[in-house]
Amino acid sequence: MSGNQAFLDISDVTVAFGRSRVPVLNGIDLKIRRGEYISVIGHSGCGKSTLLNVVAGLLDASGGGVVLDGREISGPGPDRAVVFQNHSLLPWLTCYENVRLAVDQTLSKTMSKAERHEWTLENIALVRMTHAKDKRPGEISGGMKQRIGIARALSMKPKVLLLDEPFGALDALTRAHLQDQVMQIHADLGSTVMMITHDVDEAVLLSDRIVMLTNGPNARIGEILEVDLPRPRDRLALVADPRFIAARAAVLEFLHHRHTAPGLAAA
Amino acid sequence: MNASVQTPVAANPAVTVAEPAMMPVPTLATRLRPYAERVLPPVLVVLALGLLWEAAASGAGATLPPPSKVWADAHDLIVDPFFDNGGLDKGLFWHLLASLQRVAVGFTLSAIAGIAVGLLIGTSKLAMRGLDPIFQVLRTVPPLAWLPLSLAAFREAQPSAIFVIFITSVWPIIINTAVGVRNVPQDYRNVAAVIRLRGPAYWWRIILPAAAPYIFTGLRIGVGLSWLAIIAAEMLIGGVGIGFFIWDAWNSSNLSDIIVALFYVGIVGFLLDRLMALVGHLVTRGTATA
Repeated sequence: MSGNQAFLDISDVTVAFGRSRVPVLNGIDLKIRRGEYISVIGHSGCGKSTLLNVVAGLLDASGGGVVLDGREISGPGPDRAVVFQNHSLLPWLTCYENVRLAVDQTLSKTMSKAERHEWTLENIALVRMTHAKDKRPGEISGGMKQRIGIARALSMKPKVLLLDEPFGALDALTRAHLQDQVMQIHADLGSTVMMITHDVDEAVLLSDRIVMLTNGPNARIGEILEVDLPRPRDRLALVADPRFIAARAAVLEFLHHRHTAPGLAAA
Repeated sequence: MNASVQTPVAANPAVTVAEPAMMPVPTLATRLRPYAERVLPPVLVVLALGLLWEAAASGAGATLPPPSKVWADAHDLIVDPFFDNGGLDKGLFWHLLASLQRVAVGFTLSAIAGIAVGLLIGTSKLAMRGLDPIFQVLRTVPPLAWLPLSLAAFREAQPSAIFVIFITSVWPIIINTAVGVRNVPQDYRNVAAVIRLRGPAYWWRIILPAAAPYIFTGLRIGVGLSWLAIIAAEMLIGGVGIGFFIWDAWNSSNLSDIIVALFYVGIVGFLLDRLMALVGHLVTRGTATA
């Protein structure tokens, strides 16, 4: 396969709920290269999470389809690991057991028991959570839970990592810290990532391309912005970088000038 | 007006200076204080109620014995719950044990059946629509109303008593399990879907643990109802058991024995409830509140 060919190919995806005539998403076409970091940004209710759920297989599209690595997806699977917005760790399992469950479930055919144990620890170490591996989700902070959520997703060796507003519920400092970690992991592992976000800075900092959705319902791709910033990126150095500022301005201009939040426009 | 505002300001420094000086030496009294605050109120209330009872039951026309008479009459029963003179003349421990054995069998059966049926109607809309109305009617039937029917069906006291326990305690277990299964968060189902957890493993690793706090609520209500039902059922079926002991004491006008038995029944019921809560806390690893 050549590098230019789409690794994750979302073609003409339309989603309509129930008997509603107006679809939530209308004709979404998006081709993602291997190793690319894509952010999908848009106002609340524009259907960003719906798009991610279709790619994850948790939701069936009413029209169109998704092809991953040459195969049409049907139903959810570990090749498209999801990091959920609210972490979704199982509260009765420890951090280790949460990751181990995913490892046992997805890699038991290719790895021995000892290898699975090592692999679980390795992924927990990757998000620097080794010190709390035997704690339960109720005993750790929101940022730590999200890190375990990321470790769980990575441990499945997914072809594409789907992040559903992964840092939305965190405070600004924790968020910055986790963004740096995700950037590092993306650089180290070369993962293909599709991230849903409503944070402009986050999108510009992390992404190779930013996909901007118009307001829903009937949302479509309004614009795709290439973020032409060299990696590794440093958040402090970027603050004054004209390319960063230009990219940021372009997204803000799309979101706030051309496609104002529906609630604000009415008010 | 000015004077009244100034007074507390003047008093404050004296208090803040005195406090740090007190801190390093916690006397025995201050250390025992938290315990005393917990233990003393119930002890005082029990003493007060005892005195009230003594006063009320000591009059000329009193129909019930006062605590002093209960102690005098039932001294042997209170002090030695373990004697066994053969037949029905046993200490309260043996009667309680017989009752608890019936509860253990009946409640185990109802826990198994209740959780199984609860899982079914929690999962299947069709099963819920079919069964729920019937359960809602049946669960209001009082325990003892089942007894004649079960005696007719089993023709023996022991299985009849166990059936009464079963049929009394199974409803809250079914209903709570079903609610628990229906309330398993979509997030957990999504996680299971992404890692392709299916079949028995899905039930065992996701649904049961997620519903466990609800299930244990049902079990706790169920064990309480079992204990209520067995006392009543034993009064009618006879044999060894705390229920029949009470009925037997009534027939021989031994009111003091009845009062002692009531205390034991209450304490055992309380312990069963706490035990169930503890098991729930351990099994759900703290996600259910004890």
